[in-house]
Amino acid sequence: MLKAVLTGVATVGLFALAPVFYANQTLLFSAMMYLVLAQGINVLYGFTGYLPFGYVGFFGAGAYAGALSVLRLGLSPVLALVVGGVVAVLVGVVLVPLLRLSGAYFAIANLAAAQALYYVVSNPDLQALTNGPYGINLAVAYNATASYAAMVALLGLALATVVYLRHSRLGLALRAIREDRISAELAGINVVRERTIAWLLSALLAGLCGAAFAWYISVFYPETVFSLNVSIFAIVFALFGGAATLAGPIVGTLVLYGLYSAIGISQPEYFQLIFGLVIVGLVLFLPDGLASLSERAGFEVP
Amino acid sequence: MLAYTLVGGLLFGLYFGLVALGLNLVFGVMRLVNLAHGDFLMLGAFAAYWAYQLFGLTPVSALAAEVVIFSALGLALYYAVVPRLLASSDPEMLSFILFFGLSQALQALAVIAFGNNPRSIPATVFGRAPVRILGQAFPAAWMVSGVVSVALVLFVYLYLYHSRLGRATRAVMSSREEAMVSGIDVHRVSAAALGVGLMLAAMAGAFSPFMLGSIEPGMGTAVTTVSFTVTVIGTLGEPLGTVLGGLVYGMSLMLMESYLSSWANLLPYLLLIAIMLVRPAGLLARRARYA
Repeated sequence: MLKAVLTGVATVGLFALAPVFYANQTLLFSAMMYLVLAQGINVLYGFTGYLPFGYVGFFGAGAYAGALSVLRLGLSPVLALVVGGVVAVLVGVVLVPLLRLSGAYFAIANLAAAQALYYVVSNPDLQALTNGPYGINLAVAYNATASYAAMVALLGLALATVVYLRHSRLGLALRAIREDRISAELAGINVVRERTIAWLLSALLAGLCGAAFAWYISVFYPETVFSLNVSIFAIVFALFGGAATLAGPIVGTLVLYGLYSAIGISQPEYFQLIFGLVIVGLVLFLPDGLASLSERAGFEVP
Repeated sequence: MLAYTLVGGLLFGLYFGLVALGLNLVFGVMRLVNLAHGDFLMLGAFAAYWAYQLFGLTPVSALAAEVVIFSALGLALYYAVVPRLLASSDPEMLSFILFFGLSQALQALAVIAFGNNPRSIPATVFGRAPVRILGQAFPAAWMVSGVVSVALVLFVYLYLYHSRLGRATRAVMSSREEAMVSGIDVHRVSAAALGVGLMLAAMAGAFSPFMLGSIEPGMGTAVTTVSFTVTVIGTLGEPLGTVLGGLVYGMSLMLMESYLSSWANLLPYLLLIAIMLVRPAGLLARRARYA
């Protein structure tokens, strides 16, 4: 517990102070964003085994809800963040029936839901509301420092959520359900309630993250915030480090996002190739991520 | 308009059945989710494109070469990854992630090898004269695609129901353990199924320039989604059900495009979600799959 809190505080502190030493704030912001999303995936996949392939749907919903509540309702950006989170949770509530599906079926249905959301938001018929395929311009609310601070706070929230799950009855119950649903039910765990809580928590993190992204980036298109790559990056970062741990997704994000920013922007196809091969190798040789390597060496991962 | 939509829907439906058939065969036999299915279709499309560019072969004549290349690829892929995957803790979920990685790698390799420019094969390779059905004119390429699809579905039917290997394949589909106990070489059967699966995807790819749009490295992801929709409509793990799924999908797509076109691209996703929630085991359901 102490080690986990220290890891979390150190990570948040690092990102809070980093802009002083390092000029590329957008890179830091994106790294934090993927860190929050990877932890959001971790909350769901690590603790329940549901792999949300359409996780980006919550992110996009949060980004659009936040941006539109500033543009159409004149809310303050901070309030808009909350709206983004709430709308993502509402989308999560609508999609709760998907949790009845298992394994790959859930992943595919979730992906389909995110794509459906994308086609609704980007539909030219809805231009009056969402501006359709032409995207959002949020320059009126632009404030790089405040939105960066918001993302730091959000990172703290995401890490605290994972620490809480690792050390609480809820997290224990979720892991019991993941391992053996029937036995968990027999032990008196309310399976439907617990996994719904994890699902909505995960949606909330992505929604807040989307709204913070919209505020920071200020100009974006539907394909930016509903890009399947967002889900995929977050999933692979979490799995690479090791799901169901706090440090795993942090390490996974820092290593792979670092690699991405080094070669992914100038030579995306080579990055994609490495990325694909890393995934194949991971599944075949290290299905529990880097964390399992360090646990095998006798070092407990927080 | 309606006659055009229905005949077009039939042709596209047959073709979509072929597109998804390999995915379903692989899932049925190995319970593996081949998320790279669409990317093998993309490779098949490029193979047909180069066969046309370099040797002037039509996609129909290119099929022979595709059979050899892609069934060999399927066999190699099987022995390289699948036995290890099936021995892991959660093969279905891990296969999903593994084939996703493979899909990324294949897309990247295709970009490196062929570049990002969209390519196409002129639809006039099958003659300029349109085919008339019910007084409506259809491109000859649509007809050829439909006919080839029917022929390949027939081939899969004969393979599954009228060959020794097919009987063993169906035994593995209904129970891998029992098939193994009764002396069936499960690895040989499964490798053959993956070979046939990739071969079918690649052959569908040969006609994709006429049915799905231009050939490009990134086309696979959308194809995989459509294949899933078709497969799920027609029951996962039931290869011949895919044909029904394809027809339902092709017809609804054509109807949407004719009468409600700005919402047409929502269709595969909504159909997929609706069917999974209402009838998760597909239209020919035998058993449901709830978490």
